[in-house]
Amino acid sequence: MASPEDLTGAPASLYAARKGVYPKKVDGFFRRLKWAIMAVTLAIYYGTPWIRWDRGPYAPDQAVLVDLAHRRFYMFQIEIWPHEFYYVAGLLIMAGIGLFLVTSAVGRAWCGYACPQTVWTDLFQHVDRLIDGDRNAQLRLANGQWSIEKLAKRGLKYLVYLTVAFWTGGAWIMYFADAPTLTHDFWTGQAAPIAYGTVAVLTATTFVLGGFMREQVCIYMCPWPRIQTAMMDEKSLLVTYKDWRGEPRGSVKKGQAHPGTFGDCVDCNQCVAVCPTGIDIREGPQIGCITCALCIDACDGVMSQIGRPRGLIDYCTLDDAASEKAGGVAQPVRKTLMRPRTLLYLGVWSAIGAAMLFSLGQRTRLDLAVQHERSPLYVQLSDGHIRNTYTLKLRNMEARPRRVAVTVSGLPGAALWSETGSRGAAGDRIEVPLAPDSVTRVKLFVVAPGGGPARQDFTIAARALDRDPGGDSETIQFDQPEPGQ
Amino acid sequence: MADLDNQTPTGGNRIDEATGTSTVGHEWDGIEELNTPLPRWWLWTFYLTIVWALGYVILYPAWPMIDGATKGALGWSSRGQLEQELAADAKRRAPTVDAIAATDIVDLPAKPALMQAAVQGGGAAFRVHCVQCHGAGGAGLKKLYPSLTDDDWLWGGDLGSIHYTITNGIRNPDHPGTRTSQMPAFGRDGILEPAQIADAVSFVRVISRQEKPSPSSARGATVFETNCAVCHGAGGEGGRQVGAPKLTDAIWLYGGDRDSLTATINQPRNGVMPRWGERLDPVTIKMLATYVYSLGGGEKTPVAPTAKGQGADGQP
Ligand code: SF4
Ligand code: SF4
Repeated sequence: MASPEDLTGAPASLYAARKGVYPKKVDGFFRRLKWAIMAVTLAIYYGTPWIRWDRGPYAPDQAVLVDLAHRRFYMFQIEIWPHEFYYVAGLLIMAGIGLFLVTSAVGRAWCGYACPQTVWTDLFQHVDRLIDGDRNAQLRLANGQWSIEKLAKRGLKYLVYLTVAFWTGGAWIMYFADAPTLTHDFWTGQAAPIAYGTVAVLTATTFVLGGFMREQVCIYMCPWPRIQTAMMDEKSLLVTYKDWRGEPRGSVKKGQAHPGTFGDCVDCNQCVAVCPTGIDIREGPQIGCITCALCIDACDGVMSQIGRPRGLIDYCTLDDAASEKAGGVAQPVRKTLMRPRTLLYLGVWSAIGAAMLFSLGQRTRLDLAVQHERSPLYVQLSDGHIRNTYTLKLRNMEARPRRVAVTVSGLPGAALWSETGSRGAAGDRIEVPLAPDSVTRVKLFVVAPGGGPARQDFTIAARALDRDPGGDSETIQFDQPEPGQ
Repeated sequence: MADLDNQTPTGGNRIDEATGTSTVGHEWDGIEELNTPLPRWWLWTFYLTIVWALGYVILYPAWPMIDGATKGALGWSSRGQLEQELAADAKRRAPTVDAIAATDIVDLPAKPALMQAAVQGGGAAFRVHCVQCHGAGGAGLKKLYPSLTDDDWLWGGDLGSIHYTITNGIRNPDHPGTRTSQMPAFGRDGILEPAQIADAVSFVRVISRQEKPSPSSARGATVFETNCAVCHGAGGEGGRQVGAPKLTDAIWLYGGDRDSLTATINQPRNGVMPRWGERLDPVTIKMLATYVYSLGGGEKTPVAPTAKGQGADGQP
């Protein structure tokens, strides 16, 4: 048990200020890769809602659209209805397995390159460099007195942050409505309040998370790194400082050759200066590292300058690290990437993808769901016949009006009519017109001579009456009193 | 008590060498807790939640007192909000309700949208006022309450008749408009001998095709003619004027077997239904009627007989 005195040794303050991170500009293979991935992801994010896709007169022309009001999800050729939500579940499973695959192969590459927090942080850090200058200028400005110049630069910087943040929020809502119309409505003040609210919230969060919180999101808020580290093994590629090669450190003047009396690390701190999360990779693997490999670029630059082999900091597996330390050589990267575990993940991932594509191709666009009226289960009619009532839900998932015929089979002597008909006109089928892209509910009365078994299965079928005779059927129960009752 | 090993001579806590952070003095199996400071933004978020809570307490009812909670500066209450929402909903439904009120009930089926709205509203009212006797789906209860879903009606199954029945009730003692009639207690009051009743039962079971003709049923035909035909019709086809059930069909409210029929003739039940006209508003009653009508047994409105011929066929 701790007595109150135990707590008196606490640090002077209950909180710690964030240590600013001012990453230095760097160039190299991974930096260029990061630029390319940033360009592609941002282009996808901002551009996708503007792709048009002709779906005929009854459906929206936007290629990717989450239509919450009508509960439809459009993605190019594919249209998902709420009851087909298992496709979304399938996509989530694929995303999960994809994460296993990527993480087991190249560690936290998602964090380093594709995570929105990383992409926007990178973007904002670039804005910092554009306005304040590179690392040293930023440091000078941050530590310096307030002046007109500092005020002007901060003002301009936050304005640019806000603009970027606003565009980020603005692009998001385009996925939920027809983009050109929404843009027009947005600027003329006619869009739904929820649109303005969403933009406001996303602008605020982007501004705060991308502009100020940055690596703190990755280190304190995000559960991903905790999960991802559980998916890695000793064969996953990680950004590693090869201490067996670098230590002990020594210092070399710029432009000089390495004297060879100490390890390869010349303690120039370039790897720390460029790190977007502000950590020192030479202290070993740590939660703050997002595997962005910018320190590799920085250190490789230093190594070429002092004439030592590149790769003092490198993508390296724990196994390779051990074998290199023992004097051996690392496995080729190709072998590391293609090993049973990654191949298995790849296999499962592609199998699910293929199965989903196949089922997408096979699915019918006319769906029938039948619900048996429970109270009462059956109705005895005055002529001794038994009537059961069913509610049919007919989904016409095509963007054109259709007609369907509803029939029953497997129930001797059955006749049917719907709420718009009458028993006098009961027949062996009813015809129902279906509006395009809609659900039609029909109350179906089925009458059959009494005296059969108390429960009997029969089939209700709906078949389209047009050139594409697709259909759907469902087996359901017909109830009547026990014989002799 | 305090783990003295853990303290520095000055009374402060030990500084952990690896991190340079002081410990709080807790130790479990050699694992010590570091006194790591919070990031500043966490602290500010915490302060913000306090500010938020204070504002909330001032603006909304929050503080329990002896006779209810504090009122809150905004004057908001959940009951008030409910009232507002109900009023808004009534306003939203007003056009439909007015249109139903203005339409004669027999004209409703010709206006499908209005009819649909009426059926839905009626369904809601049915679930509040009618299910106690007639069951959740209107199936009734054997030997007690008639089924509303079949095609057999005591007082008529067209919209107008159903509407009238709901409004005025059945055998409602103190109301002149109520549906009323009374089957005599032939057995209890000694109008018929037990043997005559047995014969009448045989006859009824013959006309409802549950038994083959027998000498008993032949005698029963005479009993029926003198005692029952007035209300139930010469052939047992029933009489809706007085709610006399049809005796030739397969539907029996109080049972069609010998025992049940004998019991009914001995001491009939003469069921009662409340007069809803005095409890519910006219639009609700109209909607209730359309709902009952839609349960599967609704009949066409009978056309007044003309010189040319009969009215409706009795089938919807
Ligand atoms: S240590 Fe290197 S790989 Fe890790 S986040 Fe920093 S720069 Fe990126
Ligand atoms: S960049 Fe390379 S040489 Fe410079 S400090 Fe980092 S590891 Fe050492």
